[in-house]
Amino acid sequence: MSSEAKQILTTDGIPLEVSLKKAERKNKIKAFLLVAPLLLFLVITYIFPIGEMFTRSIDDKMITNMLPKTFKEMENWDGQELPPEDVFSAFYYDYKALVEKQEHGKLGQRLNKEKNGFNSTTKRLFRNIKRKKIDESASIKEQMMRVHKNWGKVEYWQAIKRTAPPYTLAKYLKGMDMYFAADGSIAQVDEDRRIHRILWLRTLEIALFVTVFCFLMGYPIAHLLATLPMKYSNLLMICVLLPFWTSLLVRTASWMILLQQQGVVNDFFVMIGLVADDSRPEMMYNKVGTYVAMTQILLPFMVLPLYSVMKTISPSLMRAGKSLGGTPFVAFWKVYFPLTIPGIGAGCLLVFILAIGYYITPALVGGASGTLISNQIAYHMKTTLDWSFASAMGLMLLTGVLVIYWIYNKLVGVDNIKLG
Amino acid sequence: MALPSYTETRYRIWHYVYLAICAFVFFFLVAPLFVIFPLSFNAEEFLVFSEGMKNLDPDAFSLRWYKDMVYGTKNPWGLAAKNSFIIAIFATIGSIILGTLAALGLSSRHMPYKGIIMATLISPMIVPLIISGVAIFFFMAKVGLAATHTGIVFAHIILGTPFVVITVTATLSGFDHSVTRAAASLGSNPVNTFMKITLPLILPGVISGGLFAFVTSFDEVVVVLFLAGLENTTIPVQMWTGLREQLSPTILAVATCLIILSSLILISAELLRRRSERLRGINR
Repeated sequence: MSSEAKQILTTDGIPLEVSLKKAERKNKIKAFLLVAPLLLFLVITYIFPIGEMFTRSIDDKMITNMLPKTFKEMENWDGQELPPEDVFSAFYYDYKALVEKQEHGKLGQRLNKEKNGFNSTTKRLFRNIKRKKIDESASIKEQMMRVHKNWGKVEYWQAIKRTAPPYTLAKYLKGMDMYFAADGSIAQVDEDRRIHRILWLRTLEIALFVTVFCFLMGYPIAHLLATLPMKYSNLLMICVLLPFWTSLLVRTASWMILLQQQGVVNDFFVMIGLVADDSRPEMMYNKVGTYVAMTQILLPFMVLPLYSVMKTISPSLMRAGKSLGGTPFVAFWKVYFPLTIPGIGAGCLLVFILAIGYYITPALVGGASGTLISNQIAYHMKTTLDWSFASAMGLMLLTGVLVIYWIYNKLVGVDNIKLG
Repeated sequence: MALPSYTETRYRIWHYVYLAICAFVFFFLVAPLFVIFPLSFNAEEFLVFSEGMKNLDPDAFSLRWYKDMVYGTKNPWGLAAKNSFIIAIFATIGSIILGTLAALGLSSRHMPYKGIIMATLISPMIVPLIISGVAIFFFMAKVGLAATHTGIVFAHIILGTPFVVITVTATLSGFDHSVTRAAASLGSNPVNTFMKITLPLILPGVISGGLFAFVTSFDEVVVVLFLAGLENTTIPVQMWTGLREQLSPTILAVATCLIILSSLILISAELLRRRSERLRGINR
């Protein structure tokens, strides 16, 4: 059969199969060329920079480039006892070169982060080099140990050796409140300084609860919208779509007005006698404010996918369930609910992913307890300018999001995401 | 939604509870937006309903904050509005062109590696904004586009194209490809076919994707905060600083204008959606 098929020729005498393949390839290239501009644009301006965040986050080349000779000599040093003369003299010449380039200050600061006391130790050496007090023909090791007693301590040389690799995972450890201890093992920071772990947990907690609240509030109204006759549901849909299209900052501002101590919500509580006028509760600048505002802001993202799934479920299925003897609740639980799971998945994924990266609303209504991971990243980008740490935290967050996305894809399938 | 006459009492009660829950949720969704309206006409400086406002005293209302928004010297709302519109319009045009082309390619059944390419194209929608902001900032700083309008427009094109890609791909899924073949068989070249046949048919999808892109750009604050200098301030950036420092009623005047704008966008998006559904024959 296949040999016969090969015999078929087109009018120009080329075998049909070849001709078809050629046409197919042409179509493939055509389709690809249409996608190419956007793909290229995104890869250059977006995908590569995210990759660059990774190299930036593990980059630790500064000292590697500053002390090239030292690290070369250190390769032969076991790191147990004080290094030999060669290492000392290599360090001395590296340092002298840095002094000439006036970059010795940066080295001192960076080494001081690795081991306290390095700043003064290197400064003493600097002054001796400036005054030309070191005799380069004699033993440099002994002279350096005379300059500052720290040069004679093996811990200091071990600290220098630790900075040798051009890449480090220290920023990632810092993001989890850990660090490399002197012996190279991973240690936890002191209990009272573990700020990042609190932030991760708080971010997760807020994202989780907001997702649950959105689901609990979104499911009934999506159901109502999907079962009401068209003319009513279209009208009610506006209640979902108007907030959806309204600026995030406008909605945050309105919550700030509503939740303030003299605000409408508190007025209402006082009016119905729930609280006394002089003991109005704080509802803003704490978690309550964050939950309320974020739930309202993200609710449309839950309702829209749920609605688009529920719209496709035939009402006769529920009727069939009931006619076969199920109570309305049983019919709902056994028939309707399982059919809406793709919508629940899409809505929860969307809300969770949006909530976990949220930044603006928690910063405005959350007060001190509203600082989430995103705020911390922005803080390091803008205030401390520790871009490599910001990159590391960003990538940790991104990994989390991608894992959730991957799990979701395995469970439900990504094709179910719909917009409106 | 009327209950059948044979419904038992407890289900009848549950039904009304359910309706009450729905009413509460709808109220929760929409009511916050309507608090802003009356307060933006407040004659006083405080952001609470004054006694005069509660008694509907005309003297308690004024256009003071709207005047401040337009003529106020402290608030650069004019510059911010100009920047916002310029940036959003260019970003929308860019997103529409790139996104529509890509969607056309993706809808072709000859497209290789469809899954991974689609995932790449919509990734800016999935990646948390703060990370996009950091990455885009690194790129723009490297090529010297930080604190320029061009840089912000590019950033917003990145964030806006996924919406165009998704809506146009959805529109094209109901597209009858035999019409383009018919055009080709009648001697039309591909460009002519696209302009005369395909584009008019997918236009609702393109425009609603464009609306998404416009709103994304117009409302975007996280990335702009990284990229913008003083010259490139936009309405959201201005609101962000205002809300952080002190809540002035001028912000509410701006917010009211933004709600009106979003209502207009909502209406056009709804009309487009219905037209597109009619064309695709989804309804009736």
